[in-house]
Amino acid sequence: MSDATALRSSEHEGMAVAAAETGHAEAGGDSQLVAAPGSRRMRWAQWWAVTRGEVARQVVRRRAVGAMGLALLPVLMFGVWALFSGELGEPSVGDSRLMFAVLYQAFILNLVIFFGSVVIFSTLVRREMRDRTLHYHFLAPVRRELLLAGKYAGGVITAWLVFGLATLVSYALCFAPFLTRAPVELQAFFFDGPGFSHAASYLLVTALAAVGYGAVFVFLAMFFKNPVLPALAVYGWEAANFLLPPALKKVSVIHYLVSLLPVPVPEGPFAMLSEIPSPWVAVPGLLALSALLVGTAAWRFRKQEILYGED
Amino acid sequence: MSGAAAGAAAVERAPQPGPEMLPAVSGGPGDGGKLVFSDVSKFYGEVLGVNKVNLEIAPGITGLVGPNGSGKTTLMNLLAGLLRPDRGSVRVLGVTSDQPEELFRLIGYSTQYDAFPRRMSGFRFVRDSLSVHGYTPEAADTLARQAIARVGLEEAAGRKVAGYSKGMRQRIKLARAIAHRPAVLILDEPLNGLDPMARAEMIDLFRRQAADGLHVLISSHILHEVDDLSDRVVFIDGGYVVAEGRVEGVREEVEEEPIQVLVRCDRPALLASRLFTSEHVSGVTLHDDRQGLLVATRDADSFYLDLNRLVLDEELVVEQVAPADADVGAVYRYLIGGEMGKTGGRG
Repeated sequence: MSDATALRSSEHEGMAVAAAETGHAEAGGDSQLVAAPGSRRMRWAQWWAVTRGEVARQVVRRRAVGAMGLALLPVLMFGVWALFSGELGEPSVGDSRLMFAVLYQAFILNLVIFFGSVVIFSTLVRREMRDRTLHYHFLAPVRRELLLAGKYAGGVITAWLVFGLATLVSYALCFAPFLTRAPVELQAFFFDGPGFSHAASYLLVTALAAVGYGAVFVFLAMFFKNPVLPALAVYGWEAANFLLPPALKKVSVIHYLVSLLPVPVPEGPFAMLSEIPSPWVAVPGLLALSALLVGTAAWRFRKQEILYGED
Repeated sequence: MSGAAAGAAAVERAPQPGPEMLPAVSGGPGDGGKLVFSDVSKFYGEVLGVNKVNLEIAPGITGLVGPNGSGKTTLMNLLAGLLRPDRGSVRVLGVTSDQPEELFRLIGYSTQYDAFPRRMSGFRFVRDSLSVHGYTPEAADTLARQAIARVGLEEAAGRKVAGYSKGMRQRIKLARAIAHRPAVLILDEPLNGLDPMARAEMIDLFRRQAADGLHVLISSHILHEVDDLSDRVVFIDGGYVVAEGRVEGVREEVEEEPIQVLVRCDRPALLASRLFTSEHVSGVTLHDDRQGLLVATRDADSFYLDLNRLVLDEELVVEQVAPADADVGAVYRYLIGGEMGKTGGRG
């Protein structure tokens, strides 16, 4: 139902207005709240309302259009592959599996999701400041840390929707040529082999990348007016991760993500060898790092003032 | 009195913290149901926002008056927790901005910022805020509709705010501010961009809110509207509260300027000649229409006694005796000087 219809459909509008005229106490009372103010249930409801609002802002109101544009790139690339792969010889399903693994890590993960996350997360608060709309959030009866957690969660959902869909479509396009060229081999890969579980792993890594990079860029945006240079520095750090000594590798997002990829990709002759963390370490490690970054950002957000003129 | 001199006088005229400004008992309307600024200062780097503000604001309509850059918006933003004081404390019915879950149920704030979330209808703009307040979807819908009806925007509620006129944008901001039925309504230049009919409707709405026992704090550049609306006025200049209280009371405190009284009678020339001899009258001017006098006096009570005696002695027929400069505009001129909106800087 559209907003206009919602308004017109109110048969009791006259009564509602009359109730509104009677004063401020009764119509907006606590009985109409989902739970008691300050209760855990109320905080969940408020967090979810902020999260929903953020997803709507990013997806429906197209704030994440830049990230969507980036997400189209691998889809286009694998689309071209699907159309013209026959002219590149006779690649097998196994070749395509490796090709996807290399391109996923080198292109989708390292470039598309990384810079897409820069677009989504570094503007979560900064853009509201630029648009002079941040005060609307600050005037809600919500703790600031809850507000930031809601906006961050909205960003994670958006990033996962956009990049998850791009990953899934790219994966499908990567193997599409074999529907006609080698259907038996394809069927064996998906129904008797790891085809679907690999797809699920890539989706999981995409989701965790959104969580990890999202936390990094929310953190940076809270401490830097222009987060582009810090983002490039982080990019350099992440890109050079394979060269870092084992102790430093742990202070990065890519270190945990790579260990979760279903098809290992050779890191090259100059890579510093280190122990690959198990999923039981990688997932909690990444979540802990993300929680630390978002928590620090929330601490900063609590003290934020509305100073649009100076921004 | 010059602006600078007025600034110096501010600390003397503004009320000092008293016993009633002690911390509130949690759970009820603290600070005696008042909005309390206790020795509040706010600086933007080296630029003064407001300094040493001590104020207690009771329920009713309070007008905030001062030139551009005087600190009106800073005061409002401090009250709404959008800014934090560098010194002192701000409490709204005993609640501080460190208690956002309580504070923002008490406050509705229509800011001066003419900015809105993109691609959003007026209805969603109001309803989404109620969802974040924690209202059930049904209650949020109902309250949003009621608030929009109160500001007279039912027809346009389904349209995108980006297509609204300035006046409609003012009204939808107001609808959002009042939708959750706050106890304190803060309105920064709420009448800007409204046509005369809409102004009258909004003023009526503010009066009804105040009649319901709400605090309504309004800043405006339009002095006669502040005069017409407000129970009390806070004059602010250069970051200092220059004076506050009922306009008549503030006017009486401005002793440097003689009080102007308009007297209309059947023989104004005769009355003028008699008044010249009164030691309590410092000046008499015939009104432009020749039907009355503007009398300047530094002792209004004695002047009125003299006037009574003269009316009886000369058997004058008096049509009107009224203060001619006990309005916000005149007091503003005396305290701050110049016209509103001529100085630049932070609001």
